[in-house]
Amino acid sequence: MAGVQVSNLSRSFGAHKALDDVSIDFADGGFYALLGPSGSGKTTLLRQIAGFDFPDSGRIAIGGESVERVPVEKRRIGIVFQNYALFPNMSVADNVAFGLSVRGEAKAVIADEVQRALDLVQLGKLGSRRPHQLSGGQRQRVALARAIVTKPRVLLLDEPLGALDKALRVDMQIELKRIQREIGITTIFVTHDQEEALTMSDRIGILRDGRLVQEGPPEEIYDSPKSEFAATFLGDANILRGDTTGTGIRLPDGTTIAAGAGVSLAAGTKASCAVRPERIRIAIDAGVPDQTYANLLKGQVSKRIFAGNNSTYFVERDSQTIKVIVQNTGIERLVEGQDVMLSWSPESTVLIAAS
Amino acid sequence: MATTRILEWLGRLYIWLLLAFLYLPIIIMALMSFNVSPFYQLPFEWTTEWYAALWQNEQLISATRNSLEIAIITTIISVVLGSAASLALFRYDFRGKKILQALLFPPIAIPWLITGTAMLIFFFGVGIGRGLLAILLGHVALALPYVIVVVSARLQTFAPELEEAARSLGANQWQVTRRVTLPWIMPGVIAGGLFAFAVSFDQFVVSYFLSTPGQTTLPVEIYAAIRKGFTPEINAVSTIIIVVSMALMLFAARFFKFGGGK
Repeated sequence: MAGVQVSNLSRSFGAHKALDDVSIDFADGGFYALLGPSGSGKTTLLRQIAGFDFPDSGRIAIGGESVERVPVEKRRIGIVFQNYALFPNMSVADNVAFGLSVRGEAKAVIADEVQRALDLVQLGKLGSRRPHQLSGGQRQRVALARAIVTKPRVLLLDEPLGALDKALRVDMQIELKRIQREIGITTIFVTHDQEEALTMSDRIGILRDGRLVQEGPPEEIYDSPKSEFAATFLGDANILRGDTTGTGIRLPDGTTIAAGAGVSLAAGTKASCAVRPERIRIAIDAGVPDQTYANLLKGQVSKRIFAGNNSTYFVERDSQTIKVIVQNTGIERLVEGQDVMLSWSPESTVLIAAS
Repeated sequence: MATTRILEWLGRLYIWLLLAFLYLPIIIMALMSFNVSPFYQLPFEWTTEWYAALWQNEQLISATRNSLEIAIITTIISVVLGSAASLALFRYDFRGKKILQALLFPPIAIPWLITGTAMLIFFFGVGIGRGLLAILLGHVALALPYVIVVVSARLQTFAPELEEAARSLGANQWQVTRRVTLPWIMPGVIAGGLFAFAVSFDQFVVSYFLSTPGQTTLPVEIYAAIRKGFTPEINAVSTIIIVVSMALMLFAARFFKFGGGK
């Protein structure tokens, strides 16, 4: 096992900067998600770490050893592709055996290791099947077994769950996490699914236009996003824009919003505040100000979406829509057109420099 | 119900007429190769004397051997070169690739008569002249585009991730090609090889231009024999060729499933 250090990595295709000075430290044994919209450079970064493509500049080290000019076949990494890329002309066992066999391992050793890998992914009895006889989830497991049987230093996953349906995807998330813990391999995982990134990884790197926007544990990025993009791409966020007061912002209508976290900015500059929809309390506007939370906004419910265990309210105020998510505990249900008072704490408010 | 039955019946009739159109002349020729009369006279009397006579006809035997040798060598050379070229076109992007690919197709459409003339002039120009070597080179040139087209078509259905996956597992270029890519394109390689064999073995026009009286192929020899005077030996040798080539085609269709279906 080994950690991966990416330093100042850049790669351009023609005029397009696919990766622009990206540095990330992937700790040994960690589960790391690279999250970003399509074209953000996350797959390019994965292919650079894999060795399918070489950088224009910068450094990649696996276990402290520089590998940025080492081709993929010499990097000792394992990859799981989105379409699994199982060899159609080979049985499941031969697929898994491939990496050991090209190294010239003894037949008995190969058979042993293959069986152990197949047992690990709970496909111990299906070794003689052909890939086309397996379900999507089973193919996924074979691809994983094939990638880890060679004891690679790093496991790279390229949207590995993208082709599975939702129920199976949740199962595989748990399964993947279990296997990763069991063998303790450094895992880098590309996804555009924020939920997957949140639930599975120890750390997340958010990419946009070839740059690393923010990097850290899921809770940290969710609770203290450093940009509007990070706030809205990972989870849902209401963005309120105004001028800084030093500890918060003043909205165009004069209302002040206090923020408990985020950057410190010189008063008077443009800035915004991000608030998660589930942190906002919504109540019928009774004319008496609610004193529980410091941040208060009046508005009118324009739309309500009922989703069983929760409801989403869209509240209009001063030509802005604010989204509020409320658990349906049965206490009160607001109707469309209702005048409401929104309140939330400064601790739930993140101050972000204007981008 | 009645109309569907009539339509079904008409469909069957159509298929049988089609098969008759394709095979009747061949069947008649094959029957005549077993008939005593050299002048197609009936009633039919069974004999194998023409086949026996065939073994005595050294010119035909030697031409057959030439044809087979040239067809086999043409197949091997054009399959190896053509598959390698297809892989290169599939794997790499290089300057002028589009032009090169576009230029591969026209030779298939150029009439063989013209290709033959051009080759004759060229081979005399470079000092190769006429003979078996010239025929072989000509056949390889004719067969190569077929192999490249068929193998490239097969490669279109190949997922590049398979090669990437193999490389990530530590396989070098040769191991990737031999264990992952070749098994996938093998039906295309076989089909391309059959095309190459057929192009060479059936080739008359180009062979006619490039052969000399001693060094000739079977189709040219048959043509020469017919001009001198028809013998049922020609029927016999043709029947053997048909049986062998049909067996080859059926074998290929059975085992390599090209041309759709399961």
